[in-house]
Amino acid sequence: MKTSQCDVVVVGVGGQGVVLISDIIGQAALKANLSVRGAETHGMAQRGGSVVNHIRVGCEYSAMVSPGEADVLLALEPAEALRYAKFLSPKGVALINVQPVLPVTVTTGAAEYPDLKDILEPLKQMGIEIKTMNATELAKKAGHPQAANVVMLGALSKYLPIKERLLMEALSETVPPKFLDINKQAFELGKFEVE
Amino acid sequence: MREYLLGNVAIAKGILEAGAGVISGYPGTPSSEIIDTLAPLAKEHKIHVEWSVNEKVALEVAIGASWTNTRSVATMKHVGLNVAADPFMTLPYLGVKGGLVVISADDPFCHSSQNEQDSRRYAQFARIPCFDPADPQEARDMILRAFQISEKFGVPVMLRPTTRVSHARSDVEVGPAQIRFQDPHFEKDPAHRVALPVHVRPLHSELLDKQEAIEEALAQEPWNKMDIKGDVGVIASGISGLYAQEAIAELEADISLLRIGTCPPPRKMMGQFLKMVRQVIVIEEMDPVIEEVVEMVAREENPNVEILGKKSGHVPSVGELDPLQVRMFIADMIERPEAKNASTLDDAATKILPPRPPALCPGCSHRATYYAMREAFGKEAIFPNDIGCYTMGVQMGTVDTCLCMGASITIASGIRFGGEERGICCVLGDSTFLHGGMPGLLNSAYNKARITIAVLDNSTTAMTGHQPHPGTGRSACGDCVVPVSIEEIATTLGAGFVETIDPCDLEATIDVFKKAKDYDGLSVVVAKHPCVITALKSGVRYKPLKVNEEKCVGCKKCVNFGCPAIEFDGQTAKINALCSGCGVCAQICPHDAMEVTE
Repeated sequence: MKTSQCDVVVVGVGGQGVVLISDIIGQAALKANLSVRGAETHGMAQRGGSVVNHIRVGCEYSAMVSPGEADVLLALEPAEALRYAKFLSPKGVALINVQPVLPVTVTTGAAEYPDLKDILEPLKQMGIEIKTMNATELAKKAGHPQAANVVMLGALSKYLPIKERLLMEALSETVPPKFLDINKQAFELGKFEVE
Repeated sequence: MREYLLGNVAIAKGILEAGAGVISGYPGTPSSEIIDTLAPLAKEHKIHVEWSVNEKVALEVAIGASWTNTRSVATMKHVGLNVAADPFMTLPYLGVKGGLVVISADDPFCHSSQNEQDSRRYAQFARIPCFDPADPQEARDMILRAFQISEKFGVPVMLRPTTRVSHARSDVEVGPAQIRFQDPHFEKDPAHRVALPVHVRPLHSELLDKQEAIEEALAQEPWNKMDIKGDVGVIASGISGLYAQEAIAELEADISLLRIGTCPPPRKMMGQFLKMVRQVIVIEEMDPVIEEVVEMVAREENPNVEILGKKSGHVPSVGELDPLQVRMFIADMIERPEAKNASTLDDAATKILPPRPPALCPGCSHRATYYAMREAFGKEAIFPNDIGCYTMGVQMGTVDTCLCMGASITIASGIRFGGEERGICCVLGDSTFLHGGMPGLLNSAYNKARITIAVLDNSTTAMTGHQPHPGTGRSACGDCVVPVSIEEIATTLGAGFVETIDPCDLEATIDVFKKAKDYDGLSVVVAKHPCVITALKSGVRYKPLKVNEEKCVGCKKCVNFGCPAIEFDGQTAKINALCSGCGVCAQICPHDAMEVTE
């Protein structure tokens, strides 16, 4: 028996605004009268480390998505997409922002950042659906590179069992009013990428 | 009213619903957001909310309030309970008046902690009831019940959320806040308030005599429930119970489930359950607290039942559990091999990925302090460290020890007294110094330890989410207070050398560290610079730097500094968009290649 309508794993780097995405989805799910669960990374790992959030829409169990069972992997950073690809179900979809954020191990020369094609290759071999976009560039187009998370949310919106109108309502209630237009634009650009 | 809430926020709402009047705590992941949520609401609800200077202090404040017939809460992370253990262990003898709940948030897997101790053991040790929530809704519901149980039996009650409860979000049903200072009054009652031997001897017996009634009351709680569906069973507590419930639904198998939400657990229910199964697996995170009870009850009720769990090697005693692991434990028990991880990812594929450990922020002044400290003391010196963001300096080779809050100073002195002759410079932050560092400084001065103490003063409790402390001039609720001076405290406690520097002035900082090193006695260096995150939030902006590629010779001195804003393209250094403009790299560069952008 399937225990959740839609399981999403959102990954990225501390500071990219991963929590905002799960917050908006949660608020929108509430508006849609769906039970919702989320799990977050706080504390030490937030300081530039890799972060992973779980969101389960239409679920009454725990907030944790099991490896091999996520319907969608939403990656704000390509290396993190591969790091957490184990969460994806064989029928899942990976939505990936291809703009890398270099970890300190790479900037100091202790490790190398792989080519994008080498990151995507193992994902392709999983037999899953992959959609890539440069959310950071799209966010710049919308008005601010920090809105890359909302670009990705726009892309994700096509896969959620929640009406877009409710996601937009939740977005409007969550982001500061002066950035709302940029965020709405970012959402639209992300949505367009997966159409 | 239904809201989408973080577990800790749901707990905070429950505290307001219960009408608690005093809430105190010390920040610690995963517990901090409880007081972070309540502090801004304190004035509106006419309650007292405080960041105390440590957990012992926090619990004692809550005890005073309880003895004044006001419901109170002390919040902390699991290791904070070690600090509060002294009042915690004797309080159950003396008892409470207004309900008192101790929230000790556990961190299985040490997501952000130095150990993964199980707070339920402390509740058992002190002989007090403990609630073990599985999700934010249970945490909110349990806190309301915890106050009632506390008042009914006159003992403190523990709520023990774990990281996956405190930092989970969920739709939670909450009610309106209550304002209820129910007749605050401290009643003089030496026999129950003064822990003299003559008083506590009978009180110990009274506490033991209460245990049976406490256990019977907890057994009635709705979080202890069983569902009999077959002769193979699962007993699971806290979040493991929710994982097990999901696993059984996914497996669509006829498996009996006993979910447990209290400690002590319900023995009678457990006995009934054990009589109806031939095989049972006990699933809980960390210590076999429930499993030990299951073994005892089984001996009386059904000695033939096969018990799987930690002792049989089926359930790990370390780390945290997750739904997949729990499903596989159950699937293995009923021999259902298809219930495995469905992922088609080749595990070896992730080997090409660079590690992404947490690191000090771009522009963090701790990095500059460490650089200067290492320059002055040399790499061979010993650098005992402490609990905070600055522990991440382990990547710079400037963190040689880290044990518990404030231990940097005392361990440094012990290393000196133990016979080490090399330079010793220990490091701790401002909040940690005020929490547990002061007795160590006093002790080191008193016992003439020849060491240097560096206090990295960024004027906040950064790691846990930027809480204020007595050095910041602000209380939890935003009231202005006179900030205490770490320098004056150090002088008063006996340090012979105390100097303050801004670590972003590298040359001056190296100079001060050299003087401190040469000082024949206890020296203190206060490296003072605001946390780069709080500075950004309050609108402080500096112009970022850029590399003059004609001057850069590619020596990598700046790259080795380890700032995430500095990259190397194979030929020259590059400054990326993360630069906060602290300017320290420009002072490190021997070729003047770092320039401020116009």
